[in-house]
Order: sequence, then structure tokens, then C-alpha cells
Amino acid sequence: MPEPVLSINDLRVEFATDDGVVRAVDGVTYDIYPGETLGIVGESGSGKSVTVLSVLGLIPEPPGRITGGEAIFKGRDLLKLGKEDLRRVRGKEVAMIFQDPMTSLNPVFKVGDQLAEAITIHDSAVKEAAAKGRAADLLALVGVPNAKERADQYPHEFSGGMRQRAMIAMAIANEPALLIADEPTTALDVTIQAQILEVLKKAQDETEAATILITHDLGLIAEMADRVAVMYAGHIVEVADVQTIFHAPRHPYTLGLMNSLPRLDVDDRWLKPIPGQPPSLINIPAGCPFHPRCEFSQGRDECRGEMPPLEEIESEGHLSACYFKHELKGETSKLSSEPAATAGSAS
Amino acid sequence: MTDARAGRATEPAQEATVTQETGTGVEERTSSPQATPEEPTAVATRSTTTEKPDLEEVQREGLEVESRSVWRVAWSRFLRHKLAMGSLILLLLIFAAGIFAPLLTPYGFAEQDLFNPTQGPTVEARHFFGTDQLGRDYFTRVLFGIRTTVRVALIVALLSTLIGTVIGAIAGYFGGWVDNALMRLTDLILTLPSLAVLLVAAALLGNGIPERVAIILALIFWTQLARIIRGVFLSLREKEYVEAAKALGATDIRIIFRHMLPNAVGPVVVNATLVIATAILVEAVLSFLGFGVQPPTPALGQLIDDGKGQMLQAWWLVVFPGITIVLICLCINFLGDGLRDALDPTQRRTSA
Repeated sequence: MPEPVLSINDLRVEFATDDGVVRAVDGVTYDIYPGETLGIVGESGSGKSVTVLSVLGLIPEPPGRITGGEAIFKGRDLLKLGKEDLRRVRGKEVAMIFQDPMTSLNPVFKVGDQLAEAITIHDSAVKEAAAKGRAADLLALVGVPNAKERADQYPHEFSGGMRQRAMIAMAIANEPALLIADEPTTALDVTIQAQILEVLKKAQDETEAATILITHDLGLIAEMADRVAVMYAGHIVEVADVQTIFHAPRHPYTLGLMNSLPRLDVDDRWLKPIPGQPPSLINIPAGCPFHPRCEFSQGRDECRGEMPPLEEIESEGHLSACYFKHELKGETSKLSSEPAATAGSAS
Repeated sequence: MTDARAGRATEPAQEATVTQETGTGVEERTSSPQATPEEPTAVATRSTTTEKPDLEEVQREGLEVESRSVWRVAWSRFLRHKLAMGSLILLLLIFAAGIFAPLLTPYGFAEQDLFNPTQGPTVEARHFFGTDQLGRDYFTRVLFGIRTTVRVALIVALLSTLIGTVIGAIAGYFGGWVDNALMRLTDLILTLPSLAVLLVAAALLGNGIPERVAIILALIFWTQLARIIRGVFLSLREKEYVEAAKALGATDIRIIFRHMLPNAVGPVVVNATLVIATAILVEAVLSFLGFGVQPPTPALGQLIDDGKGQMLQAWWLVVFPGITIVLICLCINFLGDGLRDALDPTQRRTSA
């Protein structure tokens, strides 16, 4: 296996609130390899975004606090870098695409100027005119028509999809080694989503950047990701390639997630949700945080004892944090149950 | 359908602007809020009538494009604020009269005519505001008084805005102990009895030179703005574009002054304007008490002070400088209102 671009190890992040300490990220470990797209799924508040934001030093401190772990990027631990060194990494080597393009562009600057700024921040040798020219090229690359004229317009003259294109252009302006897309299509409507995915793929091809795709949209994961990490209550509960996650998950939470999806080709009368509510992060259940909602736990003591470790199952690269993952062997999600001809292929 | 309505609801100003510019054609449609079925036509009319260069593009993409910068929208909104525009014009006339005082009057401000002391206002004798007890032309003295007073006020506004903006911005952006320290300093200065401090400072530093009075005033006046700007920055700090700028690797200084400050220009400008009015009043009070600008340089408050002894015999000695002060302050306040309406999108006028 090649060297990972970014290797997060046992990262722990806490937030101090009036009601107590929120353990938003509680021992997260994952690697991301060159050129791949790692999807991170999980419900709201499971720590998907906080993980990457804290690695880049973008969580507010206080109330946030990184209490442990490391994040190795190009041989350096990002968590130990000084403010100034970390700033140089941001936008240059690791770039982010945010959720809401409507508010992520500064309303008082022309789009082209904002793009040019992204370049000149990290390379003051670049002349302003050259940066502007490159800004227009980038806009053209992400599929903004009349890029030259568009660069001279203000963000409010752009539609939502155009703005997200501009955000992607900004993210790839410095050809980063790692691209982090934090719910890049959540704020867009479905037809635009599809276009933005195309742009994102093109941007990836262009820069050959590894991509972390954070989302709760499983459709997006299926479309884009090579590997998937599933998060629950600040923990990674399962990691596998995308086929395996969808068809033969080995963690009860992932299985529940897949089974809760409606299928177009099956006439379900009811959706099948996971029972219960996600836990409060102030009072995470002891042991496996998922056990109160878990169908497989059935009140077994192991589930309440210690957090089960994230361990490899038979196939390489498939990890699951469940004591009874072997019991899930052979379980297939609803997605691979074959209704007539559309046989889902479990890898 | 719902989308179209929602989009419309959030852009009342643009809608209003378009109505103004394009005249009756669009007005008919926009005036009936229930006319959602007609919305597409309204949009089409709008894009064909407002923008020429973008016309083709708009039609090709079917996008709604409003091709104007934030400032131009604000400016057009300001132009329609009648009271503020009137005030601005009057204010500019008064200021111009101060600036071009030597051209407007044949007399010098200290030129005495001991044969004609304390004359009432006359047109024939070319003493429009009369003369004072030394026979100096009062019109001239008021004009030069405006000059001094406005100069003091502008320096105060500039300096206090600078100090207040920087302190407020730093406090609001960094938060934490920086914020705490700066805001307690602000509180401290706010709790000082400012008039007493001004008098002591004037007495200690020596009074007389307009610039010195201005600096003393500025050192007290920045507090209000610092608090307001801190508040603005506290909310701007949470904006996504600020986070995006951070993620791009922008430095704190760049984020504060390049990304956030332009978005806080509304409150800064409005407050700077209002500081001018307050500074004029306080300078007048100081001069009246004898701690401001010293004779023979005329300042408006000091003119009132000069004239107060003969107020009952020579009313013009108090009334003309008094009216000038009131006019300037009123105009500035109206101007500030207009600017706030134009620059602060959350406080748009509801009535036309």
C-alpha cells in the first residue's frame, strides 16, 4: 500500500458547554491514500466535520479543545504545527469546499478577485494580473460560462450552482494534495447536485488530489466514494470499500442505515428506520455507543463494557467496531436482496 | 412556485429598485403580491429592462442576474432618501461656505471697525449678520467659525473612527481575553464623566489650538464605535465566508481588514457621521465654557460665548452661530439616518 496522504490517529476533540463536556470526536482513526475518495457518512453531530476541521485548526478554541491524537500529513503532525505553519498548509496543500455556497463567498468582492486572492495568499510572487487570468481559467475549468466576464461579477450575481463551482475552483486553485468537501451538495437542488458532482470529479482528475467527502447523503457516497468510513457518536464504527459498505456491511449501525434507505424497485409500504435517537454527546452510553439502539446487542454485557475496538475482518481493509461482527457475516443489506433481475453484486 | 415566492420575498430592495428604474411596466406586476403566476413574465421583463450587457446571457441561462455591486445598490437607495439628500446638499453648502469663507466675504475674521460696533444685520452696509462689539463682521466670523468647528469635528470623526474600528474589530474577531481586556478599557473610558475629563485635559494640555481640542475629543469618542463594531464583528466572525477565508489560509489581519471590515462599513460610516454631530456640539460646549478654541480664532461655540453678555441688546450675536450649529447637527443626523437605511439591509425602510 502507498503512503497515506493524511493519517489521522486516535483523534479526540472536546467542546466545553454549559451542560458539560461534549466529546465530539472520540478516538477517530483513518487514513486517506493518494488519488482516492474517502466518503465519511454519519448522522448530524456524529463528528464528521469536526474531525477534519480540528485537523486544520479551524474549530474555535475555546470552547473546542483537541485532547489527543495525531494527524500526519506529509510527515508532519498537523496538530503540533504552529498557527502560522498551519495557515500555510490550509488552502495550499489541504483545501476545503464548504456546504453552503450562498454564504461562503464574500458578498463585497468580485468572484474573480476572491479566486485571485486564494492564489496570491500563498504565492506573493504572482502578479495580480496573472492571478486574475488564472482565476478566469479556473472558472472556465469548473464550467462557468463566459468565465472572463463572470470573474468580474459579484457573488450575488451567481446562482447557487455557479457559486459552488466557484468554491470548487477556489479550492483547487493551489493544486492541493488533499481536498475536503464538507457536504458540497447539501444546499443545492438535485439537478444542480449532479452537475456539481461532475465538476468535483473533474477537479479531482485535474489536481489528482485525494478527497475526503463528508456527507449524510448515501447516494452521493455511492456515486463518488472509493472507500467509506461510517461515523457514529464521535467514533468510526466501520470502514470498507463502497461496495462492501452498501451490500455486506458488518456493523449493525451501517446495516440499519442501509436498510433504512427506500428502494425505487421495491414496493415498501413503510420505511425501516433505526429505532431510537442518536445519543447526546455529553452522555455517551458506556461501551458501544450504539448498543441501546442495536438489534444485535440484545442486552449482552459485552456491548455495555468497553468500546469495541475497530478491527479488521477477514477481507483486507474492512474494519468494524462491533464485538459480534462475525454474527453479521452473511447478512446482506436490503440493497443487495435481489428483487427479480436487478441483482446487486456484493463484492 | 414556492421557490419563486421565497426568492422574491428575500429581495424586496431589488424589486423596489427595479420598479423605480423601469417605470410602469413592471410596477403593475410587482404591486400585486398575489400575482405569482405572472412571476416568470415579471422576471423576464426585469432582465430585459435593467441590464443590457448581460441580456443575452440571462436569457440563455434563464438565470436571474442583478448586475450591480452592493455599494451601487446602497447608493441608489440613498439617492431616493429625500430628507437625507436634502440634508446632504444643505450640509455641503454650509461646509463649502466655511471652506471658501475668504472668497465669500470682503472682511477678515479679526478685522475691526470700531466706528460700527454692535450693528444689527443689514444688507446695505454688507453686514448680513451684523457686527460684534468690536465692529467685526459677524457673517465673516460665523463663516470662519464653521471652518474651525467643522475642521475639529472632521478630525474627531476620523480619529475616533479609526481607533474605535480597530479596537472593536480586534476585540470582536479574537474574542476571549483580548476582547475582555479591550472592552473593559472601553467601559472604563465610558464611565468617566467626559465633560470633567475634557475640561481637565484642556486645562492640563493647554487649550486653544483646534487640533489639540480635536485629539482630546477623539480619545474619548471612540468608545461608542468600538462597542458597535465589536458587536458587528462578533456576528461577522460566524459567517461562512470568514471560515472559508480561514480555510484558504488567509492571515488574521487579512481576514479582519479585507474580508470583514468592508462588510461592516455600514455601521462604521453611520457612526462616523453621527460622531461629527456630537463632536460639533461638544466642541461648542467646550468653547462656550472657554476651554475650547481660543480667540481670536472664531469657533461657533465661542461666538455664542462672546455674544451671551449682550444677548438681550444684540440678539444676532447668539442667534446666528446658534442656528448654524443646530442646522449642521440636524442635517448630519438626517444624513446618518439616510445612510443607515441605505447601508444596512436588515433595517430597510418599509414605507417609500
